[in-house]
Amino acid sequence: MRFLSLIAAALCWLAAVPAIGQTAGEIVAQNRDQIARPSRQTIGPVIAALAASGDPMADDILSAWADKRLVIRKSDDVLLLSAPEGDDLALTALDGTAAGNTAPSEVTALRPNAGVRGLIATALVQFTLSDPDPAKRRAALASIAQDPKAEALEPLRAAIDGEDDPALKAQKQRLERLLTLRFDPDSAARVAAISSFGSDLGLDLRGALNPMVATSRIASATPPDANVARELRPGRDLTEAEAYDLLVDANLAPARLTLEVQRAALLANLKDGAVGGVPVAELNTQAARDRAYTALEASGVVPVAATDDEAAAALATARFYEVYAEPDRAVTDAAKAALGRIGTTVGAMQTADLALDGLSLASIYFLAAIGLAITFGVMGVINMAHGEFITIGAYTGYVVQLYIPNYTASILIALPLAFVITFAAGVALERLVIRHLYKRPLETLLATFGVSIALQQALKNIFGTQARPLTSPAWLDGAWVLNAVVSISYIRIAIFVLALAFLGFFLWLMKRTRLGLEVRAVTQNPGMAASMGINPDRINVLTFGIGSGIAGIAGVAIGLFAKVTSELGTDYIVQSFMTVVVGGVGSIWGTLAGATMIGGLQKVIEFFNPSNTLAAQTYMILFIILFIQFRPRGIIALRGRAAGD
Amino acid sequence: MRAILQPRHRSALVFLAGLALFTLCVTVAAHFGLVSTSFVKTLGKTLCLCLAALAMDLIWGYAGILSLGHMAFFALGGYMIGMWLMYARTEEIVIASLLNGGLPATPEEISQGIATQIFGVVGASDLPAIWGFAHSLPLQLTLVVALPGLLALVFGWLAFRSRVTGVYLSILTQAMTLALALYLFQNDSGLRGNNGLSGLQNLPGVTAGQDTVSVWFFWASALALALAYVALHSIVSGKFGSVIRAIRDDEARVRFLGYSVESYKLFAFTLTAVICALAGALYYPQAGIVNPAELAPIASIYLAVWAAIGGRGRLYGAVIGAAVVSLLSSWFTGGRVPSIPLGFATINWVDWWQVLLGLTFVLVTLFAPKGIGGLFDRLAGVHAPDRKGAPLGPDDGSLQEKEAQE
Amino acid sequence: MKLTRRALLATGLASMAMPRMAFAEGETIKVGVLHSLSGTMAISETTLKDTMLMLIEQQNAKGGLLGKQIEAVVVDPASDWPLFAEKARELLTVSKVDVMFGCWTSVSRKSVLPVIEELNGLLFYPVQYEGEESSKNVFYTGAAPNQQAIPAVDYYLNELGVQKFALLGTDYVYPRTTNNILEAYLIAKGIPKEDIFVNYTPFGHSDWSKIVGDVVALGADGKKVGVISTINGDANIGFYKELAAAGVTADKLPVVAFSVGEEELSGLDTSNLVGHLAAWNYFMSADTPENKVFIDTWKAYIKDDKRVTNDPMEAHYIGFNMWVNAVTQAGTTDVDAVADAMIGQTFPNLTGGVAEMLPNHHLTKPVLIGEIRADGQFDIISQTDPVPGDAWTDFLPASAVLEADWKDLKCGMYSKETSSCVQLTSNY
Repeated sequence: MRFLSLIAAALCWLAAVPAIGQTAGEIVAQNRDQIARPSRQTIGPVIAALAASGDPMADDILSAWADKRLVIRKSDDVLLLSAPEGDDLALTALDGTAAGNTAPSEVTALRPNAGVRGLIATALVQFTLSDPDPAKRRAALASIAQDPKAEALEPLRAAIDGEDDPALKAQKQRLERLLTLRFDPDSAARVAAISSFGSDLGLDLRGALNPMVATSRIASATPPDANVARELRPGRDLTEAEAYDLLVDANLAPARLTLEVQRAALLANLKDGAVGGVPVAELNTQAARDRAYTALEASGVVPVAATDDEAAAALATARFYEVYAEPDRAVTDAAKAALGRIGTTVGAMQTADLALDGLSLASIYFLAAIGLAITFGVMGVINMAHGEFITIGAYTGYVVQLYIPNYTASILIALPLAFVITFAAGVALERLVIRHLYKRPLETLLATFGVSIALQQALKNIFGTQARPLTSPAWLDGAWVLNAVVSISYIRIAIFVLALAFLGFFLWLMKRTRLGLEVRAVTQNPGMAASMGINPDRINVLTFGIGSGIAGIAGVAIGLFAKVTSELGTDYIVQSFMTVVVGGVGSIWGTLAGATMIGGLQKVIEFFNPSNTLAAQTYMILFIILFIQFRPRGIIALRGRAAGD
Repeated sequence: MRAILQPRHRSALVFLAGLALFTLCVTVAAHFGLVSTSFVKTLGKTLCLCLAALAMDLIWGYAGILSLGHMAFFALGGYMIGMWLMYARTEEIVIASLLNGGLPATPEEISQGIATQIFGVVGASDLPAIWGFAHSLPLQLTLVVALPGLLALVFGWLAFRSRVTGVYLSILTQAMTLALALYLFQNDSGLRGNNGLSGLQNLPGVTAGQDTVSVWFFWASALALALAYVALHSIVSGKFGSVIRAIRDDEARVRFLGYSVESYKLFAFTLTAVICALAGALYYPQAGIVNPAELAPIASIYLAVWAAIGGRGRLYGAVIGAAVVSLLSSWFTGGRVPSIPLGFATINWVDWWQVLLGLTFVLVTLFAPKGIGGLFDRLAGVHAPDRKGAPLGPDDGSLQEKEAQE
Repeated sequence: MKLTRRALLATGLASMAMPRMAFAEGETIKVGVLHSLSGTMAISETTLKDTMLMLIEQQNAKGGLLGKQIEAVVVDPASDWPLFAEKARELLTVSKVDVMFGCWTSVSRKSVLPVIEELNGLLFYPVQYEGEESSKNVFYTGAAPNQQAIPAVDYYLNELGVQKFALLGTDYVYPRTTNNILEAYLIAKGIPKEDIFVNYTPFGHSDWSKIVGDVVALGADGKKVGVISTINGDANIGFYKELAAAGVTADKLPVVAFSVGEEELSGLDTSNLVGHLAAWNYFMSADTPENKVFIDTWKAYIKDDKRVTNDPMEAHYIGFNMWVNAVTQAGTTDVDAVADAMIGQTFPNLTGGVAEMLPNHHLTKPVLIGEIRADGQFDIISQTDPVPGDAWTDFLPASAVLEADWKDLKCGMYSKETSSCVQLTSNY
């Protein structure tokens, strides 16, 4: 129904006779109310009239309107064009004469909605497809791609030859083929256009092809006069209930009796405390109600409802078909073949995209957990305040951005600063609390939990409860797009790189430096290490500080792609611990494996159940629990002395 | 009689007497309107929390297993009783409303009506299968014990069998409660998702006002606490108690002595889960609503914190810890504690209470690992032996009475 | 053993001390403010607490109410749902407040409902919600689905020509119910079921890449896709950042949000989100003198020039002023008298026009649709005439037969089918 009205509106628009001789200003004045509060469904003729008026101002008026630059002056209620000029607005009357400057508060701007702006853009296409300004040509192409219409085909074809920008020319040619395959009257030209795409992955191509092979189901006594995709068998291709509904829709069978209808019919025929001879008091079972209804049917007071046998008979006589909306068989065949080709590639690409998503999530988990891999994995200290260190890192990024507005510079400063701050916090925590609890690991958990809730509330008191902005620099905006299916945002790539960098840093630190050697010595046997001249206290402080510092850097990175609130860290703490435990405590490769497994698995479950992300998380954790039962030491289990206990 | 009056039972007797006196005082005060209904409810709920803390003390203070998932059993108990409460209450409404419909209702209509009422527009009009027993109080009461018990049994069997111990077990139990919470959060799990079960304070078929009902629940909670205290006291002062304490102090040694360590741990784990579930079943009808947020990992950590602050390895310690911390929390968040003006800033307790609480955990863990119970030791003249800096055992926060009395 | 007794004594003392605190009463009218100041919901609710304190301060400056000063009793239910019930009981029985303003999430309201119905309290609930409720003791000053969700979908269908819908929500009752209503509505409007994609995510979700990818891929069958987001709170920040990164512009794939206002947008850079939509009954950018005054007062009160105003704040503004007028009219703060006087109260909206309290305890409100601007504010591109709030939606068969009317029918859940009151208390 709605589509019909839209088509009708479009027809009116086409039929609207160009009001020859009227200036754009006059057309605007005539339709003032509509222009002030436009609706996409009714404004079409006005826009068309403006576009067809031949007035050179029409183009300006339409673009100003779309850009929210068409204003009403409050003092005299006159419609004017405006352009910003310093703090003021330079006004132009609709006939192109200048009308002075005014302050923005003196005018009310018209704000057409996006649907109306789309219509305006479509109307402007004729002016702009060959506009000298490439940006305008690009906008015109975008507008056609947005809302492909048959009438755009001819102007587009005409605009291809004169195009000198190679990129735009390629875009125009592609768009021309897309329009051809949909709107060209010649079947052969459409088929040729379809096959010219090969196995192109473009969303626009699939968007053009899929409606052609869209089908609907119908029931019919005779073979229908349409482009039939296939015949359906009840019980095999569709359920019998569905088939019967189709029959009812096609008026080939009476509707079945629903419980509500039955109830209403019984109530309507209630006489002397009984319906059809069954006392009301007995009507508290479905069987009794059916009995009463049958009695009513027999006496002819209610219409006879279809019984199961009748329904089966009706199904047996009728036939069911799946029918293409597109009437041209050659085109549907070509489209089907093309979609088949594309489908295989899309499937492969979707798998690749899922793998990328999984990898990205894994790198985020890894980044959040790598600090823990040091403090928990190497030192065996449970630090529940680790999450708050991540939060502190993110807030550091926010505070730095408050003072340094340049996003690139601020991130470059925030990363080391976050490290320094959380390093200091880690050292303080180790010196003041954890040092006393090395022999009581379970109590470390409690004490650091206390630190965690105190820190979290303190952060809340300092920074407020609202989320704070932490904006990535412009060069991290956007996404790396391989094709229409596979893409990943740069910020996620950056996090991935950061995670890799930390993996490298960790390996270098532990395997190649004096400090790493001492850390390994102290964790394996503090007493022996001490007798070799290593100061275990110093090593513990340093290790803990580094682990915490990395958490701070992770906080900046996580804050860049998610939110910055005092609860940022809490969301990652349980996952981080699980990452370390699943991977195998004490091995950075284990943590990496754990993160990869958790991230990948979560995405795979999400793939199978796309409508419920929560379920994916639930099953992922369940899996982890079971996994630990069967591999208590994690994926990569240390053996021998390094295993500690 | 003689046996009961032995010195080792002394703390239990004092506790029971104190609890009885307290119950009596509150009852009298409530009767004369000296304390408000909401406060009686708070006290009743606190007693349930004490009961859960008691279980936590057995599993952590005595058996040395720091479970960070016991509130899952607590909430499950609440869910099981809540299902009956909701079902029965809704059934009354639905039957009364269908009576107006002209025809007597069929069982299908009743169950459909109940489903529509309970699930609103969020669910289908069919009751999910897990509500299959909700029509029957005895069955649902059995489930209060059976479901959490079974869950603990299976989880514990898997975990202890593969020798997951220490912090790994803690993290694993935390994962368990998180998984359960996320599961219940889902609307599809059939327990009303994030909204959970609500309106539980209205007992079906009971016309008495909340001022009376709250006192009933207070008594029930006190009775449950007393019974559990007696039961746990007799368990820990017997052979079983000695074995689980030994497991806490040196698991390997106990295993080599021929004890089936896993069975002891599994029994303790399951028993405490059941106690928690019972506590939950008493708690949530007083709280009025149970929902997945109750299973959040932080709730279980708080449970551990109560036991730690009260003093582990003493049953009364856990009770005191739970009572003190939860009542203080309730007082500080009530908004009636005067703010402290510092000139440059004002300490508003609603904002700073959590900070204070967190720092208290740290200080207690660092300087008073025995918690409030340590004070009792000092006053009773029990001193830890001076071991010149060497640790008392692997878990020196717990009361290790034999050694400690040397 | 001495100590056990002492400890018990201490507990006993605490128990005596607490209620006594509350007996310090003066000749004031007490207003309970029941908003979480800590925990996950503090992000949204703290602002409302401040709004209430501001409104009360203003009213006191005007000479109070019935010749008495108004005293705010602020409690912190800490985003803990059972605690909401406990604090509500405390407010009603211990602090003896005359009215409460509070709650944000549906679950907190459901937790409080039985308590205020039992004790006959009065609650003003300021947040857009899923409907399907009308309590004798609650006035709903936020939007019902037909005042926010349905008009937004109409806008999608009529103005943007959207043919395929992605309903993304946080997994809790408001999105679930709203999406159910919208699904029924869309199917009634001729959108096939397979063109409605639904996804639920946990609170605070941050990993949106796959979901955004899924939504973009919905366009593969050539239909115009629109997203309807009931994503709650700070999960939106990650969602919008991912949208911006994926280059999802409002032209290609518009997103209309029901839970994203000025407050949420202040947590991110909106330059890449220009043109995405939100539907509310109030936007800070509304150009009316009342709104200007309100914003200026708020900024002065909170002493921060950057703070924004939002829709639930307007709801409290209207609710509080209506309550003040109802109390003045009734000449008492007695709940029944005030509740009767509330019905039919009118008060000017901040966006122009007048809000009226209906017999079903909902307001008439204009529906505004705004496009996000680069400065984090909204361009109002559509404003309807005031729409009466509907407690029971007409688009679901089970609730289409229900009606709420506290004036004539005296029932919040009245079945038109059986012409009887299904239940007097609410269905919590």
